Amino acid sequence: MFYFINLYCTFCTTFPLCCCVKLEFLPQKGSIKEHLISDLSRQKEEEKMEKSEPGAAAFPPTFSVSEIKNKQRRHLMFMKFKQEKRKQKMQLKKKKKKEREALGDKAPPKEVPKTIENQRVFDETMVDPEDEEVAFDEATDEFSAYFNGLTNPKVLITTSDRPRGRTVRFCEQLATVIPNAHVYYRRGLALKRVIPQCVARNFTYLMVINEDRKMPNGMVLCHLPDGPTAHFKISSVRLRKEMKRRGKDPTEHSPEVILNNFSTRLGHSIGRLFAALFPQDPQFVGRQVATFHNQRDFIFFRFHRYIFKNEKKVGIQELGPRFTLKLRSLQKGTFDSKFGEYEWVLKVSNFSLRRQKSCDKETN
Amino acid sequence: MADRSRLCTVWLGSETGILKGVSVTRKQAFNFCNTSHLSRDQEVRALCWGDPAESEVLVGSVDGTVKTFSTEKGQFTDSRRCGGPADGGFTGLALCGAALVTCGECGTLRVWREDSSEPALELSAGNNVCRMRQSPVHRDRVATGGKDNGLKIWDLQKPDAPLFTAKNLRDDWLDLRRPHWVRDLAFIPDSDKVVTCTGYHQVHVFDPSSPQRRPVLEVEYGEYPLTALSLPAGGSTVVVGNTHGQIALLDLRKGVVRGCLKGLAGGVRGLQCHPTLPVVASCGLDRFLRIHSLEDRTLLHKVYLKSRLNCVLLASRDLEDGRGAAGEGGSQEVKEEEEGGEDEVWDTMERVEEKPKRKTTEEEEEELQKKKKSKKKRKKGQD
Repeated sequence: MFYFINLYCTFCTTFPLCCCVKLEFLPQKGSIKEHLISDLSRQKEEEKMEKSEPGAAAFPPTFSVSEIKNKQRRHLMFMKFKQEKRKQKMQLKKKKKKEREALGDKAPPKEVPKTIENQRVFDETMVDPEDEEVAFDEATDEFSAYFNGLTNPKVLITTSDRPRGRTVRFCEQLATVIPNAHVYYRRGLALKRVIPQCVARNFTYLMVINEDRKMPNGMVLCHLPDGPTAHFKISSVRLRKEMKRRGKDPTEHSPEVILNNFSTRLGHSIGRLFAALFPQDPQFVGRQVATFHNQRDFIFFRFHRYIFKNEKKVGIQELGPRFTLKLRSLQKGTFDSKFGEYEWVLKVSNFSLRRQKSCDKETN
Repeated sequence: MADRSRLCTVWLGSETGILKGVSVTRKQAFNFCNTSHLSRDQEVRALCWGDPAESEVLVGSVDGTVKTFSTEKGQFTDSRRCGGPADGGFTGLALCGAALVTCGECGTLRVWREDSSEPALELSAGNNVCRMRQSPVHRDRVATGGKDNGLKIWDLQKPDAPLFTAKNLRDDWLDLRRPHWVRDLAFIPDSDKVVTCTGYHQVHVFDPSSPQRRPVLEVEYGEYPLTALSLPAGGSTVVVGNTHGQIALLDLRKGVVRGCLKGLAGGVRGLQCHPTLPVVASCGLDRFLRIHSLEDRTLLHKVYLKSRLNCVLLASRDLEDGRGAAGEGGSQEVKEEEEGGEDEVWDTMERVEEKPKRKTTEEEEEELQKKKKSKKKRKKGQD
C-alpha cells in the first residue's frame, strides 16, 4: 500500500476513497476533523511500519521526500527524516565523547572548527612594515604633501543633483565630523568643471554623496591636486536622530583618527586617503575619535567621544553619523570615469573563492 | 647579481624607477636599480632589447636618460642623455643598426648615434605622441600615433614626410568630426599592415600598400580606452587591454572577440606576447605580473611586484627555461633518460587497431542514393 490510492470521493479531495467510505457509513463517530486527524495518524503509523520493515518496504530506489505531492504528508516525512538525522548525530557525538573519556590523556587533541576567517588564503600583497620599495612609493605619492605637513585638508562636500532630506542631513552631519569641511549645493554642475575651480581655491578633497530614492548610496572621494579618486558604495546610514544613547553634538575639535586593518597595498592607499581627510594634529582635549574599521572589505565608520570616569575607567558614547563603505573602484588621477586609468576595480568574477581570500582590502 | 639576471626571462619597468627581472620557474622577482637613491624622475617608460642576442636591455626614463642594462653582468653599464624632461617621457625606443631611435611625448623623434650627444636626425611627429614602434621587417621604418594625431609611418632615410599618414574615420551621422586617439600600435609581421588601438575602444588595421588611407578593418571592444596591444605568433589575432583591466583576444580576419583573459584588477599598462610560445604577459597598475596562456585563456603565473608597472619585455627563449647551474643541466639529462625509457615501454606494448567507426563521405553518399532509390520504388509500389 505504499503508493497512496488516488481515488478521491466527492466529499473530500485529500483522502483516498477508503477512508471517506467509512465516514459515510458511520456518521455518529464524530466530526470530520476527528476523522481526518485519525486518518492522518493512521497513515503515519503505516508509514512508520513500512520504514521499519527493511526489505519489504519497497521504497523505489530513486524516491526522495520532495516527490510527495501532498504538503502535509511531505512535511511529516521530512520532519521524521530530520529527527532521524539528529538522533544519529547525537549518537555519534555520545560515542565520540565516551571514547575520548575512555582514552583519557591519550585522546587526540580537539579539532579546530572551520570558520570563514580560518579558511582564508594568505594575500601576497600584505605590506611588510620594513619594505623599502613600498616606503619609497608612499613617500613620493600624491599624499606625500599632506603627510609631510605641507598642506592642510579642506574638504568640499556635495551631492548628486537635487538631493532629498536624508542626504542633506547626512552631508550636514558629515561636515560637523570633518573639520574644515564645506557643504555646497550641486546645482547640476559637471564634476570635471568643478575640480579645477576647487583646486584654484585650495581645496584638498572633493566628496560627492550620490543619492538614490532619497537615500545616500554612493560616495566619490577625490583627492584634489591630482590625486586618486575612490568610488564607494554607502550602506546602512544612521543619522544622529536615529542613534540610541548618543552624546551631545560634536564640537569643533579635530578628532583622533583610527584606521583598523588596512594592511594590504590597496588597503594602505585607501587608509591614507581617509587619513588625509583630517588635520594632522588631533586635539585630544576634545576627546573625539573617528574610526574607520576595515573588515572583509567593508569599512565601518564610527564617531565617538571618550568619557573619562576616573583614572582607570573610560567609556565611549557614540555621536555623529555611522555608515558602512565598500570600495568599488580606485582610479588614478582626478575624477574621469570614462578615460581615467583604474588602479583597482571591484570585479565579482575575481572573487570566485570569495571566502577563501585573505582579509582586508582583498585584491586578487 | 649576474646569475640572478641571467635567470630572468621577463623584464619589467616600474614607476619607481626600478628595473625588475622575474624568473618564472623560480617564481622570484629581482630588483635592479641604478642608484641607491630612488626617485620618481627615473620612472621607466620604455624598454627594449639592446641587441638581437638579447643580452642588453635599454631602459628609458622620464627625465630623458636611456640606460643600458647588461643581463650577463647584472648591472647598468651605460647611461645616455637623450632629450630632457621637457620632452615628456619616452613613448618608444628602438634600435636601428647601431643608432638609437627615441620618441618623446612632445612628438620629437630623434636618432642618436653611438658617440655624439647631439641627435643625428630630428623630426617632429606632431603633438602628443602616445606610442612609437619599429617595424620588425624594415628596420628603418617607424610608426607613431597619439591623441588627435593619426598613425604616421616614417622612413628614417627620408625624414621629410611620412611614408603613410592615416586618414581619420568618416564623420559620423551628425557630420561631426570623429575624435581620434591612438594609444598603442604594432606592425603585423608578414605584411605591411599596422594595427592600432585607440582611446575610444576601437582597434583599427591600416594597410599602407592599399590606396585606402582609412582603416581597412575596425573592431570595437568594451567601453573603456584600450591602452595596450600585442600580437601573438599566429598572425591573425591581437590581444588588447583597457583601463579597467579587461584583456581580450580579438580576431582580425572577422573582427570578432575571441575571448577574454580574466584576472587583472587594474588598468593594463603593458602587454607582450611571447615570440614562439602561445603565452602573453601583462602588467598594470595593480602591481602584478600575470602570464596567461593564449590557447585556453588560463592564468599560468602571477607574481606580485610592489610598484605599479609600466612596461614589460619578454625574452625570446623559453619562459620556463632556467639556465646556468649544473643542477639544471643534470635535470635535463634525467628528462632525456625518462623519454628514452618511455619509448621502450611503448614498443613493448601490443598495438591495438581502431575499428573504422565512421564511413568515408563517398560511402555515405552511395548509401543515401540507395536509400532514395528504394524509397521511390516503395512509393511506386504503394501507388
